[in-house]
Amino acid sequence: MKINRIILSFISAVAILLSTSVVSFAKVVGDKIVLGAAISLTGKYSSNGVHTQNGYNMAVDRINSMGGVKVGGKTYKFEIIYYDDESNPKRAAQLAERLISQDGVEFMLGPYSSGLTKAIAPVTEKYGVPMVEANGASRSLFTKGYKYLFAVLAPANLYLDVAIRTAVELNGGKGVRIAQAFEQDAFSQDVRLGILDAAKETGSEIIIDDKLPKELNDMAATLVKVKQMKPDVLVVSGHTKGALTAIRQIAEMKVDVPMLAMTHCDAAKLSKQHGKNSQYALCASQWHKTLTYKDNFFKDGMTYAADFQKEFGYDPPYQSAESSAALLVFKDAFERANSFDQKKVRDALAATNMQTFYGNIKFAPGGQNVDKPMVLFQVMCDGAGKCENKVVAPLKWASAKLIHPIPKWSDR
Amino acid sequence: MDFMVFQYPMITVQACLDGILLGILFALIAYGMALQWGVMNIINIAQGDLVILGGYIAYFMYLYGIHPAWGVIVSPIIMYFVGVGIYKLVINKVVDRDLFISILATFGISILFMQLMNFAFGADVVLANSGYGTTFLFDSAVVLPNSKIFSAFVSIVFAIGLVIYMKKSKLGRAIRATAQNARAAKILGVDTEKVYAATFGLNAALCGVAGALISITFTIHPYMGLPYTIRSFMIVIVAGLGNLPGVAMSGMGLGVFEEFADYILGTEFRIGSVFLLLVLILVYRRFKLSRKREYLK
Repeated sequence: MKINRIILSFISAVAILLSTSVVSFAKVVGDKIVLGAAISLTGKYSSNGVHTQNGYNMAVDRINSMGGVKVGGKTYKFEIIYYDDESNPKRAAQLAERLISQDGVEFMLGPYSSGLTKAIAPVTEKYGVPMVEANGASRSLFTKGYKYLFAVLAPANLYLDVAIRTAVELNGGKGVRIAQAFEQDAFSQDVRLGILDAAKETGSEIIIDDKLPKELNDMAATLVKVKQMKPDVLVVSGHTKGALTAIRQIAEMKVDVPMLAMTHCDAAKLSKQHGKNSQYALCASQWHKTLTYKDNFFKDGMTYAADFQKEFGYDPPYQSAESSAALLVFKDAFERANSFDQKKVRDALAATNMQTFYGNIKFAPGGQNVDKPMVLFQVMCDGAGKCENKVVAPLKWASAKLIHPIPKWSDR
Repeated sequence: MDFMVFQYPMITVQACLDGILLGILFALIAYGMALQWGVMNIINIAQGDLVILGGYIAYFMYLYGIHPAWGVIVSPIIMYFVGVGIYKLVINKVVDRDLFISILATFGISILFMQLMNFAFGADVVLANSGYGTTFLFDSAVVLPNSKIFSAFVSIVFAIGLVIYMKKSKLGRAIRATAQNARAAKILGVDTEKVYAATFGLNAALCGVAGALISITFTIHPYMGLPYTIRSFMIVIVAGLGNLPGVAMSGMGLGVFEEFADYILGTEFRIGSVFLLLVLILVYRRFKLSRKREYLK
C-alpha cells in the first residue's frame, strides 16, 4: 500500500515537473529560433519520414554553421523540436496542437505525406502559425484557402502531366491512348486528375482506368488488359509498392508498351531492386541531383548529393532535398521580414521568390510552388546491368535523350 | 462493372490459372491455420504476420546473395522455433481458455509483430527476385510467371509432406490424438503441452514457407499480413477443420473468385470482395459453426 503511494507521488511529481519545464520553450529562446515538426519516425511512412528528417537536419546544420539567420542585427540559429507522429494523421494533429500550445512553437515544418499535412494544416491555420512543408503535394491542400501553408514542391496533379505531353508530342501532336492504374489514396488520385486534365487538353483517350487497393501486391489483371488493348502509354502510381509490383509483373508477363510512366521510383530504388527489368521506365520526380539550380548554402544538386552521402551514407532522394529547401525558404523569409512576428513572416513567405539548389521557389496564393517544373527521368542501364536514372524531360534539364518507344521484350 | 474477362476466352483462362496458382498458396497458409485451430482451438490472427516474417527471412537471404528459393527450406526451420517461442511465451497461457481470449492474445501478437518488423526491417516494400522466367501458353495468349508455378508446386509438396507426416510419424499421431480428445490423449501418456508447442511451431513453419514464396512472387511489407489471415480464415471456415481436400479446393476457389472479382469489379475491390464473401459465408454458416472442437483426420 505504502509503496504504491510512493510510486504514485513520484509519478505525479515527475508529471508536474515535465509539464512546467516544457512550457519554458518558446519560438525564439536566446539566440535560437525553435521550429516544430511532427515526423513519421515509426509506422508505414517511417522510411520517408527519416528522409525528411535528414533533409531538415542537414539544412539546419548548414545554415547554422554558415552564420545562421540574421534578424534585427542579431544572429540566430535554427533548432527543431521533433515528435514522432507514428504515420497516423490523428496523432499528427494532436502533436501539432501540442507543439503550438504547450511547447510554444510559432513556426512549423511540415510532416511527411499529403495525408498527414492535411491533418496538420487546419491546426496551424487556426493558430496562425506559418508552416513551410516539403512533402504534401495533394492538390486539395492548396484549394482550401489556407493562408499559413506554403509548399516548396509542385502539386501532385503535375507529377505525370509532362509524360502525357511528351507522348503526344512524340506522336506528332495527335492524342494517345492511355492506360492507367492508380492507388486509392489522396496523392495518387490527384496524379490521376492531372492525367485526366492533360488527356482532355491533348485529345487523348483513356482506355483503361483501374484503381488499385491499399494492400496492392498483384496487378496482373490490369496488365492482362494492357496486353489486350495495347495502349500507347501506361501510367502507374501507387507509392513504392505500386512501382515495384508494376515492374516485376510487367517483366514477368512480358508486357510491351511504348511508354511506361510512374511515380515513386526513387523511393522504391527501382533499379537497385529490379536491375535491368526496370530499364526504360519513366519516373516523375520533384528533383534530381543533376539539375543545375544553385544557391549559396548547398551550391548545387551534385554538391548537395555528395555532402548528403557523406553525412547519412546514402544518395539523397528528392524527399530529403525538398525538406532541406524548406529551411532555406524559412531563413530567407525571416531575414526579409526582419522580425519574428508571425503575420510579418507569413507575408514575407508569401512574397518568396528565390532559387535554391532544389529549384526556383515562388508561391501561388494557394501556397503551392508554381515556379518549379517536375522532371522526368528514365532508368537507363549499360551492358553490365548497371542502371542509372537520367533526366530526359523537360528538355532544358535533360542529361540524356528519351528512348521511345520502349523496345519489345522479345528484342531485349 | 467490366465483363471483358468473359469476352475474350484467353483472358478467362488466364484468370482461372492465375487464381488456381494463387489459391494453392493460400491453401497452404490455411492448412496451417486449420491444423492449430483443430488441435488447440485457437484462431490465430497473427497468421498473416508470421507469413510476412517468413518472407523477410527469404528476402534477407536474397540480400546476402543466396537464391531466395532456399528460403523455402531455411524459413520454415527458423519459423518453427519462432512459433514454439510464441507458444511458450503467450499461447500456452490461453490455450484452454475462451476462444475470445485467444483471439485477443493473437491479435496482440499480430500488432506486436507488425511494429517489430517495421522497426527492424523498415517500412519499405521489398521483394526477392528469383530470376525464374515466364511460361507462355496458347501462342503466348496466356502468360504464367514461373515464380507462381514454382510457388504452387512447392506448396503442394509441403502439403503432401505434412499429410504423410501426420499419418505416419509419432508426433503426427500424437497431434491427431490430441485434436480428437485432449484429455484422453493426456491420460494415455501424450504430453499435450509438447504437442501444442509442436503444432504451433508447424503452423509457423508453414507460414514461413508461404512467406518465402510470397516474397518471390509478390511483395512484402510489415503491414501486409492481415489479408492473408482473412483469406486463410475464410478458407478454413468454408472447408471445415479436418478436411484437407476441402481446404485445397476452397483455397483454389477463393483464388479464382478473387481474380474474377478483380476483372469484373476492379482491382480496388479485390480484397473487399474477399471480406464481403467472408461476411456472406459467416451468415450462412451461423448455425453450423458450433464451438465444439472438430478433429483432424
